[in-house]
This record gives sequence, structure tokens and C-alpha cells, in this order.
Amino acid sequence: METDVLIVGAGPAGLTAAAELRRLGVRRVVVADREAAPGGIPRHSEHVGYGLRDLHRVLSGPAYARALTDTAARAGAELRAGCTVTDLRAGDGAPGAGPRAGGDGVSCVLTSGAGIEQVRAAAVLLATGCRERPRAARLIPGDRPSGVLTTGELQQRVYLAGERLDGRALVVGAEHVSFSAALTLAHAGARVLALVTDQPRHASYAAFRLGAALRWRVPVWTSTAVTRVTGANGRLAAVDLAAVDLAGADDADDAADAARVAAVAGERTRTVACEWLVFTGDWIPDHVLARTAGIALDAGTRGPAIDTTMATSTPGVFAAGNLVHAAETADVAALSGRHAARQIAAYLAGRPPEGSAPVPAAAPALAAAPALAAAPVPVIAELPLRWISPNAIAIDAGTAIDAGTGTGAEVAIGAEVSVGASGGAVPPPLGRFAIRAAEYRQRARLEAWQDGRLLVRSRPLRLIPGRPIHLRASWLPSVDPAGGPVHVSTARS
Amino acid sequence: MSWDVAIIGGGVVGTAIARELAGYQLRCVLLEAEGDVGAGTSKANTAILHTGFDATPGTLESRLVARGGALLREYAARAGIAVEPTGALLVAWTEEQAGGLGAIAAKSRANGYTRIRSVPKSEVYQREPHLGPGAAGGLWVPDEWVIDPWSVSLAYATEAVRAGVDLRLGTRVSGVTALPEGFSLRTSPDAEPVRCRFAVNAAGLASDEVDRMFGGGGFTIRPRKGELIVYDKLARTLLSSVILPVPTARTKGVVVAPTVFGNVLLGPTAEDVLDRSDRSTSAAGLSALLAAGRRILPGLSVEEVTATYAGLRAATEHSDYQLGVYGRYVRVAGIRSTGLTASLGIAEHVAGLLGEAGLPLRPRAVSGLGAGGGLGEGADAGQGEGAAGHAPPLMPYLGEAGTRPCQDAERIAADPAYGEIACHCERVSRGEIRDALASDIPPAGLDGLRRRTRAMNGRCQAFYCGAAVSALFEQGRSGQAPSRRTPFRQAPFRQAPFRQAPFRQAPSRAQFRQAGSGAGAGASGERDGD
Repeated sequence: METDVLIVGAGPAGLTAAAELRRLGVRRVVVADREAAPGGIPRHSEHVGYGLRDLHRVLSGPAYARALTDTAARAGAELRAGCTVTDLRAGDGAPGAGPRAGGDGVSCVLTSGAGIEQVRAAAVLLATGCRERPRAARLIPGDRPSGVLTTGELQQRVYLAGERLDGRALVVGAEHVSFSAALTLAHAGARVLALVTDQPRHASYAAFRLGAALRWRVPVWTSTAVTRVTGANGRLAAVDLAAVDLAGADDADDAADAARVAAVAGERTRTVACEWLVFTGDWIPDHVLARTAGIALDAGTRGPAIDTTMATSTPGVFAAGNLVHAAETADVAALSGRHAARQIAAYLAGRPPEGSAPVPAAAPALAAAPALAAAPVPVIAELPLRWISPNAIAIDAGTAIDAGTGTGAEVAIGAEVSVGASGGAVPPPLGRFAIRAAEYRQRARLEAWQDGRLLVRSRPLRLIPGRPIHLRASWLPSVDPAGGPVHVSTARS
Repeated sequence: MSWDVAIIGGGVVGTAIARELAGYQLRCVLLEAEGDVGAGTSKANTAILHTGFDATPGTLESRLVARGGALLREYAARAGIAVEPTGALLVAWTEEQAGGLGAIAAKSRANGYTRIRSVPKSEVYQREPHLGPGAAGGLWVPDEWVIDPWSVSLAYATEAVRAGVDLRLGTRVSGVTALPEGFSLRTSPDAEPVRCRFAVNAAGLASDEVDRMFGGGGFTIRPRKGELIVYDKLARTLLSSVILPVPTARTKGVVVAPTVFGNVLLGPTAEDVLDRSDRSTSAAGLSALLAAGRRILPGLSVEEVTATYAGLRAATEHSDYQLGVYGRYVRVAGIRSTGLTASLGIAEHVAGLLGEAGLPLRPRAVSGLGAGGGLGEGADAGQGEGAAGHAPPLMPYLGEAGTRPCQDAERIAADPAYGEIACHCERVSRGEIRDALASDIPPAGLDGLRRRTRAMNGRCQAFYCGAAVSALFEQGRSGQAPSRRTPFRQAPFRQAPFRQAPFRQAPSRAQFRQAGSGAGAGASGERDGD
């Protein structure tokens, strides 16, 4: 089979991208999802709060998944569920596809009950999302009883399989998804004893925290780590908790964490009897397909390294959604998909990246020459930041960008470099960069520097690992397209 | 009624003995305390198919590891059990250790293994470029391989069951009464005593307790706990062979090994413990492994951990196997960490001991054995003749190096269920789960299903597939489509106008059987394990 665009993953990013590509006139768009039905994580996330930024409505997860699925299907995208993309190789795809340098299409293998099918696509969008780090990967010692889950498994058991969970539950984590897990447990009949986080603060909205406290009397136990899991007859029986102090510490090294937790174990530990233990958040992008295909990953996000056009290191392969920023809310992932769709449409048409000023139709060189004028400018997050996404600023040919997207808290430093006709920076999805902190900070100002030049400084904000932070991209016009990497960190003074 | 032989313990050793005895005209019963075969020490090990190069020369262990290793290589090939001929690189990390390599090679030759050879530092790094700094030299052991450890016990037990051995799961022997012509075994939960003419104790961690019931003694099981870390498949490219340390008097040390499932294994620790049921990992154990991993293969430290677990080796105060015949009772104990490799050698040896003790060993005629046929490709009844006089069953292939069902276009065309992937990390199809549930020895629980299919063993640890695989398990066990257990407020999922790959309702077990008798691709209807 041949297609213009193959989208891997029918979650919010993939479905939104599919609808947008069709709207922009791309002829054939195939979306493959390995699950039995399209929709992604919202399918089994039965609480309201979906669709705010993209659909401007407030929907439940399943309703949001249905809305995105219907929109993509009505737009003419071909949706295939129960279909796994098992291989991806760039280079021997559809002949003549992909106008930019090296872009001669992508070859994929799709596996389903219908068989094993070779698919050649002019462009591929990876939208495989992310998952939560499970108990084993967190190196929490003890027995291996049943009753220890992630939110993903919990929600599918409760909302898709209709299981009822009796008994007491602890939720590990205190970010958005942790409150969602607590809600699911409460719906399923379990009594949630507490949310447990090794951080000194929860990392979600104050309203979620307050709601949980009032409606279900669920407290958040901060500065507390799970140090052991104890089973009895194969079922979870108890969990050991220890007081930890991670405020301001670098918790990037799992091994150091394990050692530190081991050190405090035995001092201030207590045992809590419970039947369910749900590990939430601590996201890992589902990068397996990207990595096995040899696509470069970003060391921070651990998703494919992308520039602001969402292009990966492999020509013709783009990435969007929580694969490149694990995890933002579903509507943000959807808008990331829409942004990627516009860039892919431009790529397929041989136009400069979307967000640039229109190129005169008569411009003779564009169809043949690469539309990107220069190599992207890397964007590097430095401690106490863990990562920033996208990981580079794409520079387009011959035009300056419309950077009028920035109305946030940041104060753009006056453009000292003239960004002339030589090129302009392509803005990221939603006109902002997504950032995560590695450390807890009470008040920190974000700064972006290039070649010793301060580009922007934000207002003070609180950094909590796991809590989404954003930096408006209004300063992009002052980036020197030919300059060195942009370093993003907290104020150096 | 009275059995000719009762085998106590359905681990890799007990099932191997049952398989061996099934080749003779004997009526055998296999008693296993747990709900599944291979569910104790046999399920948690390093999954290495040893050569026995480092055994103590002259011991029974040395002989049986060599013999069993040769037999298992051949058996695995015929039973379709995944094996990878990786070889092992024993690495000396100090000059002092390098000085001792000659003695290890000499010991290997004394054990009858002569293909070991010393390799210089340069070749160590040429073979394993990702090794940490500081290697001083090494030994290359080309015949240390890795194997799928779970399918071995299961294949033995399946073969034994098809040849008429009565497998009784969840049956713990609680007492023994000597009879003039054999024994009467009391079992719990309360059941008819099992009368037998001969008894074999292969009870692993409980073998000393069982031994005392037969009036024995003289050894005590001193469990040695080994904790292990399984790394993500994406780490598999960091090594090509098993990386062994220079062994000490007490332990073989921390190994880094590829697995046939495509992962990397780091471990085991060695800690003497008292509790025979405590298979928990510890912060100290995991920290020690992480430190060892950083030193041996630094690239591991940035890879995700897929699983951690601990196993208990059934060690005794003695250094050799505790194997012997006492009247009509055979003791098979102290099979520490070499039981998987030695299993077929031990079984052969035990049959010999029983023969000496007066059990008539008349080979069974081949025809009629395993007549129930197999599932899927396992329609192998009566073809070929194995060491025990009958053919091994063809086990579902669980390795990463060969072709999995979802990679086999012909197989999917014949049965779309093999293309419907249910466990994404491990690429396990619905067809394989269905087959496991309809097999001769179906899993008693989800852990048993994991060992038979790899489902839920992957990096996401059931984040994506847990609910779906559990539903398939319940559905397969009950033989009907899953019903929603609680009415939960949820709008029915509206069918969106999209093209969906065919996702058929899996047929019930009864339907499999009917289909199987017609197409030769279904399940045996002879046994129903629950």
C-alpha cells in the first residue's frame, strides 16, 4: 500500500493531525493504532476536563476520544485499529515523495489480523504517546504480588473491563494523573488512603488537590517514598513508607535514589496495610519504534529529538504529542498534532514550514531546494531543568516568523540581532516550549541564552518535578539563525 | 490403586524424571504442591544452559551437568524451545584474577570440557565493546548458551502427561507411611492417600522436609537467595554473549546475560536466607546489582528496568548433589543452580537408580503415545522417537531470535488471531494466549500465562495490556465471552465509521476442539487441567 501520510497512534495527537492533514488537502492519510479501538488514553479516562484548548468544550475522556475519532473519520482519514506498526525504515519509500533533502519516503510494516502489510508513506507522524514508569522500573524492592498497577492498567480494568476493586488503596505520585487514579479507584469501590509523593509539594492544580481532599477525604503525603511492597498469598498486603527529603536534591539518577531511599529506610518508616498500590505519572515516552528505526532521541525527553517543525533526525519522519513531551494534557497533545500536520503538509508540498510568511508562488528555487535555510538551532535545558521540547528551533528560508503568539508571563528581551531576509525561526506548537524541572525550586525565573546573550527571562515560578512548565516563544525573532545553541535554565544570579 | 512411582515435586527436575519414566511401562503420578509446574526455583534463574566447565571435577554434579547439557541442547531443538548459542566470556577484572584464569581452564578440561580458551584483553573488548574499563583478560566458553527456562519444565510435563503420567497440581505431600511393598503418601488438601511402590523426592526447597518423612535426614536445605534485574530489550545491543565474572568459592558471581526473550539479565546476588518462601527483593540487593552493572556494562545504567525478581536456590550444607537410593525411595536434592541444565542427566540417572532398586524398566511401545495430538503446530503425535521413547511436544516458540507467530504471514493468513497483538511490548498475539489456555497443562493464573506466552512480561508491565490479557484469561478459563462484572455508568462505545481490522470473538474451548479435529490445528480434547 502507498499513502501520503502514515500516522502511528490514534490518540489525541494522531487523530487531530489526521483530521488537519485531510482538511489541508492531503489525499491519503492512514492512522494505525495497535489497540482494539482508536482514541488513545482518553478512551479509558472517565472523568471530565478534556477538550478545553482544542475543541473549546469540556468533555469526559471517552466522549473526547469519540469526538476526535469521528472528526478524523469524517475528514476522510483511514483509521485502522488493532493494527501495529512493527517496523519503520526511511529511505526506500514512495518514489519521488518528499521534496526536501533526503526525503524519499518511509517504508513501514503493519501487522494485524488481516496480515502483514508493507506500507510506503511520503511522510510518517509518530504519535505513540507515553506510559507510566511501573513499579519494577522504579526499583522498589519487596514481593511481587498482584494488586500493584499503573493508572493505565487501573483505568482499563475499571472503565473498559468493568472490574470492581474493593479494599484500601495508595496512589504513588501527586500530579494530574494521580488525582485521576484516585478518582478511578473511588469509582471502582476502593478506599483511597492517600496520595504519596517524595516531593515536598503535589504537582497538580490546586483545585484537583482541594477537590480530592473535600470530596473523598484523600490526603497528600508529601516527602514520602515507597520503600517496600509486601504480599501475602500472592496479593498485596502492605506497603512500607519512609520519610525522604528530596527538596532541592538531584533525583535524576535512579541508582542514587535507590541508595538514598535504602539509607532512610529503617529510620523513619511505617507500614500501611492496603490491597491496591497504583503507580502514577513518571512518564516514559513510547519511543520503541523510533529507537529501533535509528531515529535520534533527545536525552532529556527521551522521545525523538525534534525541531519546531516536529521533524525528527530521519527525513520524512515527524513526531508529536506526548511522545515528545511526556506528559502534557490531552488537548495540548492534540494541538501538537495539529501543528505537526501543518508542517507535514508544507513538507509534502515543498513549501517552507508553517508559521512562516507565505512564499511567493513564483519563487523558482523552492520546489527543488530544501525549504529549510539553515540547520536548526539546538535548544538545551540545563539543571535544574530536566528537559525542554521541542529540542531545536527550525530556521526557514527567506522569511521571518509571525511571533505574535506570546502573551504569557515572559518578558521578551528586545531583539538585538536583526533577523533579516536570511531566515526566521519557526515557532513551536501553541507558541511555547514545554519544560520539566528536575528539582524542586520555590521561586525560579527561566532564562534563555544564546552565545552569551540573554533572549528572555520569565517571571518567577515554582518548579516541581512532574509539573508542566511552559516558556512562551515570543523571543524567537531575536534568535540568531546562524548562532550557537540556545541554553534554557533558571536565573544565574 | 497403587502407582508404580510417585514423583514429589514438579519443578524442572521432577518433570524431567516424570518424562523419563513415562518412556517405560510404568504407571506414574507427579505431585506438585503449587498450582503449576516449574513455579518454584525453576522459574527464577539466570536461564543459562551451562557446560559445567566450572564444576568441581569428579562430582556427580560435574557429570550430570555435562550429560544433561548435551541432552537438553538436543531436546530443546526438537521441542522448539528457544535457545541462543551466545557463548560466554569470563572476564578477569584484576591482574590477580587474570593470573587465576589458567587454573579455571585446567579445571574445565578436568570436567571434560575442552573448548574453553583464553583470550587477551584486546579480544575481550573486541567481543564485547561495551564492557566497562579495566578488563585484564578472559576465557571464551563457546558452549555456554541461554535458554527459555519456562518452556523446559512445561515441555517435560506436557510430554509426560501425554504419555499417561497423572499430574496432580496443588497437591502437597504432608506425610509418608511405609508399606510392605512401597509407601502411602498423605496429601493436603485432604485427599485420598497416594499409594506407590517407589517414590522420588524432587521437592526442591522442601526436599529436606520430604526426606525426613521418608526417615532420611543428613542434609538441610539452606536457601540461597539470588536477586536479579531484567533490563529493557533496547539494552540487548549492549552485549552479544554471557558475561561471567571469575567465580569465588561461594558463588559464581554477578552475571550479565542476554535472554532468549531479548532482554538483558543482571544478577544474581547470593544471600543465605532462612525463609523458604521469601522471594522478595531488597534495597541492598538491588543497589549492589546496580553498582555491579555500572562497572561491568556501564551502558545499562541509562536503560529502563523491565522487572526485578528473586529466586531461591535449593542449596544444602553439602557441595554436591544429594542424590541416592534408599530401598524404594530415591532422594534427588541439593540441585542448586544447575538443575535446569542437568535435568535430563539427573532424570536418566534416577531411572538407573530405580532400576537398581528393583523397578522393572521395560521400554514402552511408541505407538499410541501422545495420541491426543498437539495444539496448533504441536500436531506431532507419535512422530519420531525421543530419548524416553516418545516424541517431545512442539512448544510455542518464545524466543526473540526466531520467527514469532505475529511475524509469520502464512500463519496469520491461516488464523488471524496470530496477527492480533494483545501484549504490545512482547508482541504476544491473541492466538498464542488462546493456545496456552487450551494447552495440555493450562495456566492456573496470570503468572502461569506469563511463563507460557510472555504476555505482560514487557517494559510496560501491563500498563497497556493488563486489562485485556486478564479478560482473555478469564474468558479462556470459563470458556465464554467475558461479561462486565459490575454495571458501570458508561455510554456504549459508539462504532465509529472506520475500517477496523477483523477482531473476531475468540471461540470457546469446545469450539477449538471441534475446529481442531477438523483442521488438525486445534487443541487436544484429552485433558482438561482444571
